[in-house]
Amino acid sequence: MSTFIHDDAPKSLFNIGRAAAPTGVLSRDEAQALVERTVKMSKADAVRVSVNSSRETNLRFADNQMSTSGVTTNTTIRVQSVFGKRRASVVTNDRSDEGLRRAVQQSEAIARLAPEDPEYLGELGGQQYTPVSAWSDATAELTAEGRARAALSALAPARAGNELTVAGFIICNASASAIGTNAGLFAYHRGTTANYTLTARTNDGTGSGWVGAEDTDWAKLDFQSVADRAIDKARRSRNPVGVEPGRYTVIFEPEATANLVGLMGNAFQARAADEGRSAFAKPGGTKLGEKILDERVTLYSDPSDPLILASPFDGEGLPLSRQTWVQNGVLNQLAYNRFWANRQGKTPTGGSAGLRMADGPDSLESLIAGTTRGILVTRLWYLRPLDPRTLMYTGLTRDGTFLIENGKIARSIKNFRFNDSPLFMLNNLEGVGKAVRTAGGEGGPGVAMPPIKVRDFNFTSLSDAV
Amino acid sequence: MTSRRDFLATGGAALGALAVGPRLLEASPVTGYPAPPRLPALYTDAATRELMMEALDAAKRAGASWADVRISRNRNNSVQTREKQVTDVVDADTMGCGVRVLVDGCWGFAATQELSKAGVGVAAQEAVAIAKANRLARDRRVELAPAPAQVDKTWRSAYTIDPFTIAIEEKADLLLRANAAALTVPTVRFVNSGLSFVKEERNYANTDGTVTTQDYVRSWVTMSCTAVAPDRSGTAVRGPEVVQPAGRGWEYVLEADIVNNAKVWAGEAAEKLTAKPVEPGRYDLILHPSQLFLTIHESVAHATELDRAMGYEANYAGTSFVAPPEKVLGTLKFGSPIMQVIGNRSEVGALATIGYDDDGVVPEDFPIIKDGIFVDYQTNREQAPWLREYYAKTGKPVRSHGCSYAQSWADVAFLRMPNVSLQPGDKDLGWDDLIAATDKGIAMIGRASYSIDQQRYNAQFGAQLCYEIRKGKIVGQVKDAAYQMRTPDFWNTLDMLGGKKSYMFGGTFNDGKGQPGQSNAVSHGCPPARFKNANIINTGRAL
Repeated sequence: MSTFIHDDAPKSLFNIGRAAAPTGVLSRDEAQALVERTVKMSKADAVRVSVNSSRETNLRFADNQMSTSGVTTNTTIRVQSVFGKRRASVVTNDRSDEGLRRAVQQSEAIARLAPEDPEYLGELGGQQYTPVSAWSDATAELTAEGRARAALSALAPARAGNELTVAGFIICNASASAIGTNAGLFAYHRGTTANYTLTARTNDGTGSGWVGAEDTDWAKLDFQSVADRAIDKARRSRNPVGVEPGRYTVIFEPEATANLVGLMGNAFQARAADEGRSAFAKPGGTKLGEKILDERVTLYSDPSDPLILASPFDGEGLPLSRQTWVQNGVLNQLAYNRFWANRQGKTPTGGSAGLRMADGPDSLESLIAGTTRGILVTRLWYLRPLDPRTLMYTGLTRDGTFLIENGKIARSIKNFRFNDSPLFMLNNLEGVGKAVRTAGGEGGPGVAMPPIKVRDFNFTSLSDAV
Repeated sequence: MTSRRDFLATGGAALGALAVGPRLLEASPVTGYPAPPRLPALYTDAATRELMMEALDAAKRAGASWADVRISRNRNNSVQTREKQVTDVVDADTMGCGVRVLVDGCWGFAATQELSKAGVGVAAQEAVAIAKANRLARDRRVELAPAPAQVDKTWRSAYTIDPFTIAIEEKADLLLRANAAALTVPTVRFVNSGLSFVKEERNYANTDGTVTTQDYVRSWVTMSCTAVAPDRSGTAVRGPEVVQPAGRGWEYVLEADIVNNAKVWAGEAAEKLTAKPVEPGRYDLILHPSQLFLTIHESVAHATELDRAMGYEANYAGTSFVAPPEKVLGTLKFGSPIMQVIGNRSEVGALATIGYDDDGVVPEDFPIIKDGIFVDYQTNREQAPWLREYYAKTGKPVRSHGCSYAQSWADVAFLRMPNVSLQPGDKDLGWDDLIAATDKGIAMIGRASYSIDQQRYNAQFGAQLCYEIRKGKIVGQVKDAAYQMRTPDFWNTLDMLGGKKSYMFGGTFNDGKGQPGQSNAVSHGCPPARFKNANIINTGRAL
């Protein structure tokens, strides 16, 4: 694997920074040296240096053909300089002394011109973090051959007949982030993700099946299983019939649950609730402590959760710990940044580090088996908000929508558009299974959701799309 | 090109504090604020060219049959505010090199920030190694449509004042004055506003002999005014896209006159607070260009991308109902006979306008829908040959339309839409004429909630402002209105178009597509348009 750093590299254009780790991702020592070198250049009252270093490899295939495939290695440095309450940030990816000095000077020059930010609270000093082990050498050191062989697990069976066309995407990311301030803070986290998504479509144009898998460890992705399940789903989804839109009992596979419930992660901002413009506002205050969802619903963020494994600090270096937003249906906690917490006399929580719904006693199979008439949804698509006060969203089903009759998948049905809110949906809960790490975010912040069953979900129109 | 020469320093390695930055003006002509500190230039034409040639040579030495390279410098500047304060000021300046190769008909790509001969050489070798590894899973070879070499060409987008020469103070002051104006409207309690600018120097070379240098600027103003009912029982928002983003400079921001307009936008939010819920049903629907552009984007522009039609986005953005090509080209009745749609990267001030695409092709204007009939797809060099038979039948050359684009040096180029624009009608009609001609209608302004399925059939589109029309007159705002449509049915109900004077651009900085995901900035020109008997729904619900 190339390092992009050669000892004999000419210095005619740029001074190259310190040698990187073999993956191109900065080690703790390298990141700390880079942060400290930059902080020392500062003449500002306060400075925060944030480093993001990553190596991303990917392979794409479609129409049963190989498509684009590549690798990108990059390290960016963000310098925030502060004079009094005047602050500005400059981002560069030039790690040379010249480049860093330029970024520091530029951020100082802009900060001096910026109006005061009355909400600025100063930089954090040293913090304690709970380390999160999210790194896998198998993912970081994956070769191009390894990716191509993985793609063959779907391409080979599709090419073997005239029945199926597959399109898939493999993306592996190895990254490190670090933050340091002149107040003594230093934080470092590194992690990997291996993400695989596959869509199989039948050549008659009537069937489509999607399956995804994600782990920190490439070796734990089961490519054959993903291919088998996507192909099976495509075959079973052929020749869908139209079912009248309306209110249905719906079983959401984990990915579909994540598509809609995952959007709640951004809705817990305390400030918007206090300002009267969120779903958790009410006349005179907020809904904290009130029952807002079915008592079987517990929603939490936790960087150390084995299904999430996110960075244990936020962009300011604030430690992130487990935050339970909804406990057994009761709104338990809202998200406070440092400013709003200070003003409201609360403890800052930082943002949400991933989102997970607590497990229930059911499984996808038992939810289906216990359903007399309902609809099974593989995943949702193009969700857009309609009203922040109700968390109403619109969107569509996609890549495997089935009618359930008498405890069994009876037939493939056409896709629906829905207009509904996770707040309504999680009040109409009928059953909850075990959470899994979902893959539709392509290695984004971890969202771990279970399969769930809800009643009276609002499908408003049919889509002809396959 | 002169401006670019000004941008560049004289010595590649002598970086230091050279005060030769992007400068077209010394100071703002309007307020007299001093120009901001300037970044020194970072590399010269000659050094960049040398690195690009090194990357191409390294790729060929390693076994590439074809290669291209992009070295670009991407600058972003953003000032964000709320009410009386600035919430964020960010200036980003990143550079790097992306090398793309073909080996035995397989793609490989590698991107690096190490801008040295050794750095770009290693990237070229790694791209070739990836392409070679992919041969084990190859079935069909990639074949590129020929494109004449563009040797040492330069291009600059249509900006007269470089936003990167404007002081942060001036940008913040403009936003805060606009916020203050909006907050004079009694129920408007919150205002968020922002200015975002992009400037890129994009250098490109390929093994066909093409070497191009381009410089473009994009500007975006956002403002959202939130009115809150005195008893906190409801909120209403106007924005944030009150001004369309454009491929222009600071002069465009000044023309938008946001301080004077802020009070109007805030007033519209306040009025929306007391709007009555829309009565669902059938109405004639009149769409303002600020709303219609996104309907064109979603239902026409994405649907006519050839890679989607062929299944290349099946695992993400989706496929298209405009498929398969042999069954729809020249025959699909996409819309009514007054519907004329053109793909182009030439309209001045539009976001996707460029001189040379990321395959090294000079983009051409091309018809996509003619008299309501679908006649051509968007293509790049890899995909144009897939339509060889159709082009032979219709007497057209097999040539890319110039739709190749990568969002930065770190990303591989693939098919991205050009500006896809609905042409104005023959008559000299405007917004008011369409309203006056409508008996029972809904008029919509500004993009809001947009959602469409993965084959671009079923869409539900909302708006920032919805007005009820009765007997040729607007009678007031309604809320919670959206139209639900099936794409070809909807476009076949198009029965009135504004004329040339009413034609304007709408656009977005953030059109997502691809795996890994990339953003494309694109504009769509259109006049206001009327659609008969549209299906209007009410999306409101109470907790």
